[in-house]
Amino acid sequence: MTTPEPLLEVRDLRHEIAGRCVMAAPAFSAARGQHTLLLGPSGSGKTTLINVITGLITPTAGDVRISGTSMTALPAAQRDQLRRRTIGVVFQTLRLIGALSVRQNLALAQTLALGRSDPAIIDRLIAQVGLTHRADARPRELSQGEGQRAAIARALCAEPALVVADEPTSALDDANAVAMADLLLATAEATGATLLIATHDNRLRARFARTLTLSVPQVSA
Amino acid sequence: MTLAGLSLAYLRDRALNTALNILLLTLSVATLVILVLFSSQLAERFERDARGIDLVVGAKGSPLQLILSSIYQVDVPTGNIPLATVDLLRADPTVAEVIPLALGDSFRGFRIVGTEGAYIDHFGGTLSQGRLFAADYEAVIGAQVARQTGAALGQKFVGSHGLSGDGHGHEETPYEVVGVLAPTGSVLDRLIITPVGSIWAAHGFTPPPAAGAADHEDDHDQAGHDHDHDGDGSQDHEAHEHETGGDHQAHAAGGELEVTALLVKYRSSMAAVRLPTFINKQTQLQAAAPAVEMTRLLSLLGVGIDAVRAFAVLLMATSGLSIFVALYSALRQREGDMAMLRVMGARPPAIFGHIILEGVLLAAAGALLGVVVGHAVVAAAAASFPQLQDMGLTAARFEPAELAIVIAAISMGALAALIPALKVFGVDIAQTLADTR
Repeated sequence: MTTPEPLLEVRDLRHEIAGRCVMAAPAFSAARGQHTLLLGPSGSGKTTLINVITGLITPTAGDVRISGTSMTALPAAQRDQLRRRTIGVVFQTLRLIGALSVRQNLALAQTLALGRSDPAIIDRLIAQVGLTHRADARPRELSQGEGQRAAIARALCAEPALVVADEPTSALDDANAVAMADLLLATAEATGATLLIATHDNRLRARFARTLTLSVPQVSA
Repeated sequence: MTLAGLSLAYLRDRALNTALNILLLTLSVATLVILVLFSSQLAERFERDARGIDLVVGAKGSPLQLILSSIYQVDVPTGNIPLATVDLLRADPTVAEVIPLALGDSFRGFRIVGTEGAYIDHFGGTLSQGRLFAADYEAVIGAQVARQTGAALGQKFVGSHGLSGDGHGHEETPYEVVGVLAPTGSVLDRLIITPVGSIWAAHGFTPPPAAGAADHEDDHDQAGHDHDHDGDGSQDHEAHEHETGGDHQAHAAGGELEVTALLVKYRSSMAAVRLPTFINKQTQLQAAAPAVEMTRLLSLLGVGIDAVRAFAVLLMATSGLSIFVALYSALRQREGDMAMLRVMGARPPAIFGHIILEGVLLAAAGALLGVVVGHAVVAAAAASFPQLQDMGLTAARFEPAELAIVIAAISMGALAALIPALKVFGVDIAQTLADTR
């Protein structure tokens, strides 16, 4: 019997800007469906790590593998393709398209990822994050909490294998931060996605069975 | 939701800005379309009506006025010339055909032209009803006259003095419609054609015993009106006053019957060299070549048209700049969106196309609206100004140049979007996401 291949593998990542190390992460991996909290203080390189994992920047050293495919070794076009098909991203600042409604934001993300949109999946996700009554609202008409829920729904609407979230709760109060984490966990659970949350928010530690710590410039498990 | 849908959504999202850009482009395209419709139809109408006429002979005065009044029937004549001129020119071996015109009266704004059947033949006129006139006071009416006045075969009408239709009428000498012409697309459509003798008789002169006869001295004292054309070669302005005042042109002065103008066709090119000079030496006559005068007129009009065209092009360039500024500033605000689209997997060429499409959609909306507005303005102008109707101006025609304008406008929209769109290729996604929190 062979061990199933991990969905995400991070191997000795290191990234420097102008000769200064801004992120150093030791090897770690995440299996399919596994939920991981990556805790680290400001300046520990959490966002850089998320950007490397999603293929938005190429690290100075090390490798990231998604389902066995080296993200760092791929040319830009294939990296975009791998990200599009495999990864959903939630940012702290939401990044919803202001000209589109919640439903249209999800439909666009789904079309970009899959080449088509499925209204049934979109409606289900919107219901799952409790925004059915706000589905046609523009992002500027949403509260912070509603916007966060819409961003989570968008990250999941193409049913990605990996969902990464960068500081998704930093602007929320205690109750909402925990509720947001629970929502991410629940929706990832529902779709079977691997979840990686990078945050400095210690309030989330209790919600995760697995926590990694990222420090400047090292990561230790 | 596709990237094309996103382009539309962005345009809707800043509706006022979008509307203003479209309005600016609509104005410039509409101006250009109006110019195209006006200048092309005017030039075509000029060319069509003057085709085959080599020379116009009339009273001394403005040659352009002579051409406008005799060929296009849009200005007042320069005066009258002796009927004997007809025979003089017909006797010239280099002249193939001479068509006399006697003007001076009208019916509901449509000119009554005393002439011969050859005039109708010249414009390719054919009868749709009735027959050609055979006697004085019989008239054949053009298709537009029939349509607008409702005149039909057998109906009688009274001509009014002058060409503007507001002079007193010749109640004692009504005309009878004996024929209706099929549409020709020429000046013939808006004319009432009758024998030259009708005009003379309507004004109290006895027509000559035979067509073309030149000896009519005994007729002149029968005139019941004040005919003060002195034939001194400087009567164009006076004639103008007479016309607008309802006076007459096609009758006797100084002892002989007169006509207003002669349309001359050459038999040989020798005529072009000799005839105009010969005629212009005559004290009462002048010869004007339609081709020369029309070139001069179009050249004069061309200065104005070019000025308006330059203004419209400037307006279009301004609207292009406006689209550029709008897209550029909008995209600066949307850098985060662009980066997010890249995160979601959109490739730079797709985002580039989406931005270009935004410029193209704006320009296409402005261009198409401009065409519609341009045609609407031409239709309104043609309906409001009878002179434009007389010129044959119609909004129900599309010129190839309009397609070129639309393509130019859309290309300009794409060009205006080009620089903002090119920025997408150089965007550092991670940096943009960090900078635009």
